[in-house]
Amino acid sequence: MTSTILTAVLVLGAIGVIFAVVLYFVAQKFKVVEDPMIDQIAEVLPGANCGGCGKAGCRALAEAFVKQGNMEGLRCPAGGDAVNNRVAEILGVAAEASEPKVAVVRCKPDCGGNALRNSYDGLQDCAFAHSLYTGSTGCAFGCLGLGSCAAACQFDAIAMDPEKGTPVVDEEKCVACGACVKACPRGVIELRNKGNKNRRVYVECINKEKGAAARKTCGNACIGCGKCAKACPFEAITVENNVAYIDFAKCKACRKCVTECPTGAIRDVNFPAPAKKPEAPKPAPAPAAAPAPEAPKPEAPAAN
Amino acid sequence: MKTFRMGGVHPEENKISTHAVIEQMPLPKQVAVLTSQHLGAPATPVVAKGDKVKVGQLIAEAQAFMCANVHSPVSGTVNKIDICKDAFGLTKTAIYIDVEGDEWVEGVDLTPDIKRECTLEPKEIVAKLKAMGIVGLGGATFPAHIKYSIPEGKKAEYLIINAAECEPYLTSDHRVMLEHAEEVCIGVSILRKALGVPNAYIGIESNKPDCIAKMTETARGFEGIIVEPLKVKYPQGAEKQLINAITGRKVPSGKLPIDVGCVVSNVGTSFSVYEAIQKNKPLVENILTVTGKKLPSQHNYQVRVGITYNDIIKHALGTLPETTGKVVSGGTMMGKAVCNLDGPTTKGASSVLVIDEGEARRAPETNCIRCGKCMHACPMGLEPYLFSALVKNGRIEEAGKHNILDCIECGCCFFSCPANKPLTDEIRLGKNKLRALMAAKR
Repeated sequence: MTSTILTAVLVLGAIGVIFAVVLYFVAQKFKVVEDPMIDQIAEVLPGANCGGCGKAGCRALAEAFVKQGNMEGLRCPAGGDAVNNRVAEILGVAAEASEPKVAVVRCKPDCGGNALRNSYDGLQDCAFAHSLYTGSTGCAFGCLGLGSCAAACQFDAIAMDPEKGTPVVDEEKCVACGACVKACPRGVIELRNKGNKNRRVYVECINKEKGAAARKTCGNACIGCGKCAKACPFEAITVENNVAYIDFAKCKACRKCVTECPTGAIRDVNFPAPAKKPEAPKPAPAPAAAPAPEAPKPEAPAAN
Repeated sequence: MKTFRMGGVHPEENKISTHAVIEQMPLPKQVAVLTSQHLGAPATPVVAKGDKVKVGQLIAEAQAFMCANVHSPVSGTVNKIDICKDAFGLTKTAIYIDVEGDEWVEGVDLTPDIKRECTLEPKEIVAKLKAMGIVGLGGATFPAHIKYSIPEGKKAEYLIINAAECEPYLTSDHRVMLEHAEEVCIGVSILRKALGVPNAYIGIESNKPDCIAKMTETARGFEGIIVEPLKVKYPQGAEKQLINAITGRKVPSGKLPIDVGCVVSNVGTSFSVYEAIQKNKPLVENILTVTGKKLPSQHNYQVRVGITYNDIIKHALGTLPETTGKVVSGGTMMGKAVCNLDGPTTKGASSVLVIDEGEARRAPETNCIRCGKCMHACPMGLEPYLFSALVKNGRIEEAGKHNILDCIECGCCFFSCPANKPLTDEIRLGKNKLRALMAAKR
């Protein structure tokens, strides 16, 4: 009886020892060393896996950070400076200060009041409609209004305006991950600097057609006249392919271009309401005169 | 009677313009000739602003492999070479020509005499097809010279001529067969010679008994042309379905008809081949149906390429009826709605179809009830409902594993869906996305 037990213990013990030795060597051979920093960084990242950084998810970005050892060209757009500063801390590099960005829709709502020439009732997907035809006023560049950007947004920051047909970005919620930029088949949406006090100026049109043709499709289209570029004291505006573009890195938001634009294609946002009209009655600085024109003004910025 | 084995539907035929004799459309004041009227790369313009051109003169040359020559459809002066919005509003390069008179280039035989003998060698025939800018007129506008240059190691056994005209409303092929039967047969003989195959089969659906009778009678005078009546079923005119109907062979997934020894051409292409080879006339005209249920008159026209849809409508109807909902280029199953009537027609245009308001709108979409009708209707044996779900959820590569690229976009699934789901649209979107993914990987 005792010998049976003893044999069993010895045999099983021997097998155990053999396996232990084999497993030890196997473990040595196939050892995976993971930098603990990856876990630390992954913990700091938002964990929404939005893909805004261009990686497969937050952990993939963390791995890329550690592999590269610095933050050049890598950034969590959704996390903003708070997250990126902490990542820099963990990596032991200086945090790159970056301007907070926001998604901006570069297409005028309402097609500048132009009548719609046709209607589309096919598959409600912008990429598909884009492959079929131009759009309801014939503009081959502007927003198709089917809401693929709104569907792509993981942060509920874009909604379609049912009346005007273009997307509206909620500045508070937008983290500038760029998902909408990728979803738009026409490249209407751009990530731009939020600007000082959230004030920014941009050309609300990307129509590359010549002036006359562009105006036929949209009353507010940029016609590439170049007046804004001449008016700009900071050389922030370039006109290429019949359309103006404001470089947000150079723009100081002086708004000289806004008043210069003959078609109203340049838009300024978040500027205080009265600042807009005093330019016309400039020579009349009388304080008594100011309140009078102010009355109709609140409507104008609201429409903007 | 023969037909293809798998799937298919029976849309309402509506062939109401069958009896309209082919008329000549008068020349417009100006034409816009697109440099991209075929499958593949656009041709390169070889004329400049201010040049005088004659009808049939080469104005844009094929420089890429997958490309076709473009000839001037009118005589006159080149006004400009500029971007042009085509019928769908998409921007393309076009050569605008102001029409002055109607002077053809030398060597073109404009007499109505029929020339039967063709002494050219197969290689010379293919070279001439290329020079004359012949493309397939069955819908895909595939350059003919590429189709008839059989790759090394492959052998053509069958030449199949598609005269099924299975799309509702269209009657241009029908009229060509009735009015130009002999020319079509000569064209088929030339193509048969180019391929070196013993027999050519002309597949005609049985809803065109007059065509079957006329073609059978005419084909008796030719060697190796067999007219094959086919049971009416859509999409009989699709290449792979027609091969299956006539030869019983099945083109495997991802392969071409030549892999099973078949070459398929349209009956309209055969007619233009006859004109190009025997009469030296490049492809500058096509035959186009102007039809619609609510129209006062139905027409078949021979039109020059580059005339705008508006010009055609103005001549044929004066104005569009007030209740028009949609103008479609092509048939109701695979055609595309025209959103810019100022856009020019191209070599492949087959119809101007005016759909009434009541029929133009899509019925509201409801949920899939898993009835499987789309699967039964699919002539390629695919699962459209599955693609719909996969594409919606962004699982594009998985859809690729289920052979989404085999879809011929015939529209049978959408046609048969009781829930009115835009299945064909979703599959097309999936195919586009998958192709983009594959291109990005390469």
